[in-house]
Amino acid sequence: MHIAEGFLPPLHAAAWTAVSLPFVVASAWRINRLMREKPETKLLLAAAGAYAFILSALKLPSVTGSCSHATGTGLGAILFGPSVMALLGTIVLVFQALLLAHGGLTTLGANVFSMAIAGPWVAYAVFRSAQWLKAPLAVSVFLAAMLGDWATYLVTAGQLGLAFPDPASGTVGAWLKFVAVFMPTQLPLAIIEGLLTVIVVNLLTQYSRDELDALAFAPGGAK
Amino acid sequence: MKRTNLVLLVIVLALTILPLVLPLPAGLKEPFAGADGQGMAAVTEIDPEYKPWFEPLWEPPSGEIESLLFALQAALGSGLLGYYLGLRRGQSQRREQEQDRVNAGD
Repeated sequence: MHIAEGFLPPLHAAAWTAVSLPFVVASAWRINRLMREKPETKLLLAAAGAYAFILSALKLPSVTGSCSHATGTGLGAILFGPSVMALLGTIVLVFQALLLAHGGLTTLGANVFSMAIAGPWVAYAVFRSAQWLKAPLAVSVFLAAMLGDWATYLVTAGQLGLAFPDPASGTVGAWLKFVAVFMPTQLPLAIIEGLLTVIVVNLLTQYSRDELDALAFAPGGAK
Repeated sequence: MKRTNLVLLVIVLALTILPLVLPLPAGLKEPFAGADGQGMAAVTEIDPEYKPWFEPLWEPPSGEIESLLFALQAALGSGLLGYYLGLRRGQSQRREQEQDRVNAGD
């Protein structure tokens, strides 16, 4: 989901930064309040951030013969709510933009929007819907993490489509073109992200019941 | 629970290793290139005139240094996550032991 440095025209770069900024500010405010009200969840929040750090560092091979990485933002989104991930995801993206020349500062706003805002919100919405439909916890977690990952890439493709409309088929045509570039790689990787997130949630329900209860996550101790 | 996680882990490993073992799709320019790079290549395909207007402030001077930093990122993340899970596992085990002792003392 990294749009490389300088690869969005200045106007688009500025617009996405303006869109993302309020989310990141709200996220900082939300985390601050969470730490005040539920300080016992501090370490779990750090662990959720660490999870995003790990997954976005591992570039995995896909059956298409290309490589990409998962996002790891679904876990924090379903545990803490999506708004918390805007800041955590931004930290990951800044690290990669400054130290790895991966993504960039001019495209930070756009990358934050796809990975740290859109992905987590989709993951959260999917999780809540699946839980509401009484799906088992593992299924809800899997779907949330997987679809959150896909959403990130669909949004990235959309951002590129808006900036570089196809001369013949317009923005939608360009969007489909970018989807065709990203999705085949991302489909299997999102499944991996879904499964890994289920593993972590399994461990959490076993060992971190207190914190999950404080967050009202999967009440009733799902097994 | 342990068993479920083991099965899930095996599936994850299989999904990761399979692409390396399976024959590559025909007509690949570069095996296992990054999808991000392919995305940016698609930009220049749609708009050949487009030139990135900003350069990264700093770039890892070599592939080795880049892999060092990626490994550092993963290591920091796994260190923290492992610390957290180990700590909570130890705590919940101790709590169970104390519970057993209380029950035995009755």
